Amino acid sequence: MTSRKSVLVLGGSSDIGRAAARAFAKRGYDVGLAGRDVAALQLDAADLRARYDVEVGLHQFDVLDTAAFDRFVAGLPVLPDVVISIVGLLGTQENAENDLAHATTIMRSNYEGPSLILGLFAEKFLTRGSGTIVGVSSVAGDRGRASNYVYGSAKAGFSAFLSGLRARASRGGVHVVTVKPGFVRTKMTEGMKLIGPLTVEAPVVGDAILAAVENKTDVVYVSGKWRLVMLIIKALPEAVFKKLKF
Amino acid sequence: MTLVSGWGRFPVVDSDVLRPRSFAAVGDAVSAGTVARGSGRAYGDAAIGAVRTVAMTGFDRVRSFDPATGRVRLEAGVLLSDLIDTFGPRGFLPFVVPGTRFVSVGGAIAADVHGKNHHCEGGFGRYVDSLLLRTGQGDVIEASREQNSDAFFATVGGMGLTGIILEATMRLRRVETGWIRERVISASDLDAAMRALEASNDATYSVAWIDCVARGRDLGRSLIYLGEHAGRDELAEGVDAFPVGRSSGLSVPVDLPSMALNRTSVRAFNELYYRMGARRAGGSHVVSLYPYFFPLDSIGDWNRIYGKRGFLQHQCVIPEANARAVLGDILDRVARRGDASFLAVLKKLGQGDGILSFPLPGYTLALDFPVKGDILNFLDEIDRLVVAAGGRLYLAKDARQSRATFAAGYPALQRFNAIRKSLDPAGNIRSKLSQRLLDEV
Repeated sequence: MTSRKSVLVLGGSSDIGRAAARAFAKRGYDVGLAGRDVAALQLDAADLRARYDVEVGLHQFDVLDTAAFDRFVAGLPVLPDVVISIVGLLGTQENAENDLAHATTIMRSNYEGPSLILGLFAEKFLTRGSGTIVGVSSVAGDRGRASNYVYGSAKAGFSAFLSGLRARASRGGVHVVTVKPGFVRTKMTEGMKLIGPLTVEAPVVGDAILAAVENKTDVVYVSGKWRLVMLIIKALPEAVFKKLKF
Repeated sequence: MTLVSGWGRFPVVDSDVLRPRSFAAVGDAVSAGTVARGSGRAYGDAAIGAVRTVAMTGFDRVRSFDPATGRVRLEAGVLLSDLIDTFGPRGFLPFVVPGTRFVSVGGAIAADVHGKNHHCEGGFGRYVDSLLLRTGQGDVIEASREQNSDAFFATVGGMGLTGIILEATMRLRRVETGWIRERVISASDLDAAMRALEASNDATYSVAWIDCVARGRDLGRSLIYLGEHAGRDELAEGVDAFPVGRSSGLSVPVDLPSMALNRTSVRAFNELYYRMGARRAGGSHVVSLYPYFFPLDSIGDWNRIYGKRGFLQHQCVIPEANARAVLGDILDRVARRGDASFLAVLKKLGQGDGILSFPLPGYTLALDFPVKGDILNFLDEIDRLVVAAGGRLYLAKDARQSRATFAAGYPALQRFNAIRKSLDPAGNIRSKLSQRLLDEV
């Protein structure tokens, strides 16, 4: 057992997950990486150890396997100081419109799973009286848009869950951070047309998550421009908004 | 297909860009006319596949690090900026860094990049112990000075033409701090500049910035920047041993109109720059490694300053014996033309390590020119001087030299071609640069 702080990253093999793990490890945190394919996380674990001389543990975790969540949390060698959920699934809006199974997977991956697992950690943290919970949601959850409302609605649910959890947990010494990255150049967005000035690289998100945890920020728009963009989008009257195709 | 260009943004050509996520996928990506691309900091067409370009920057993991020896094993897409930020605070830096830290390890090996210490410490490849190479015929081989040594020496400086570099093991330098003790010498003309570089042969780092607008009596007037790693005891109280590498926040957001750089603006800039530098000359002071090694990195997208049509960097090396006369001739022609940039850099080089490595004992001069007018003809004339003097051009900067210039400058080409052929009989690995300069037609 070390006396160092520790962070657990759910969705550790994603680009943002790797970036967050590096940011925290650089700060001296020991790291737990959780993902579906533990073997695929080995290289990232070696990377963190080599770079920052920290302890790294790997944990099998499937965000759709909610029945295993209790066991997952109980099986961790230590209850981390910080838990970050980066899991999510963009999916394909068009498919989701006709394929209920695909729509369900998007909803469960972005809302049900992340909310339930972070809720479980919140209870443990509240019992301990400390801890930080980070949920990576999305600007897409700020308003349902024609082009991605299945994903967006699930992220909206997740954002609402985090908001409520924050209000409750803050009285018990537990802080909850909601992160809305905007466009990030990652595996998930590869091939999408991203708007340059509104797009950031994954390491920027990793650093923003670390800063939010250290500064106890509530809601983070990684690029400040997004706060403005979404403010405008949210303010549009529905009569106007429904005519927009984006 | 995607439009791709190098840092000079000339030429801009179509290539199919793939971004594999595993080494197996890298192998699958290789087909006829493929080359790897790192950070895209080669200026011309070196990192553009003849048909297909394999982007490697996703491979950014460190595999292992031994703090006892400073030996690090890493994936080829790791950037030097990342290495510096990660291992600098732990007391280790790359032995060799070029003028930008935003290059990948794979790219640095492929170009066998040199730094301000080449005259005494050699190039990037000298500190590479071994590398993992995916050859054009599909073998994945570990190459070092002892094992597959032909492949090793052809890959160091081989511009990616031996295959795709997947991983490398390299040695890092142990440093006490991330600060450099800098000394500036002002030289009133080319003779003085070359004498000053010669006299500073034992300085770890040395480089001269030349005012290439100055003519006549002032031809070749320079500021020479010498540097040594600063010890902890040289830092003021309370200063962190490792500085923070921050971008200035400045960047060039749009392509400037091509007239932004003209004779008057460059002359004014150079005059100011020279005078400010000359005022600091003489004493020494401690500066952060970032501005010392990477002065331009603090301005994002500085290549856009040359406008939409892009720019050419002409970097030659001239063997020591002929250097003074030829460099004088080149600088005189450039000064009379009057459209060269502020960025003229003069530096002493030692022997290169790879078969196609650029350096040879002598002086290297780098000049930037906007792409316009008769610049291509002008550079062909300069090339004739370079070839006649037994010199050559740096492939990492090149976008336009002729086959004849290239063949004259690189006499080991036959040997390189033979090794390349043995690693890739079908000739799958081909870049726009190799099509232009090496491939059988």
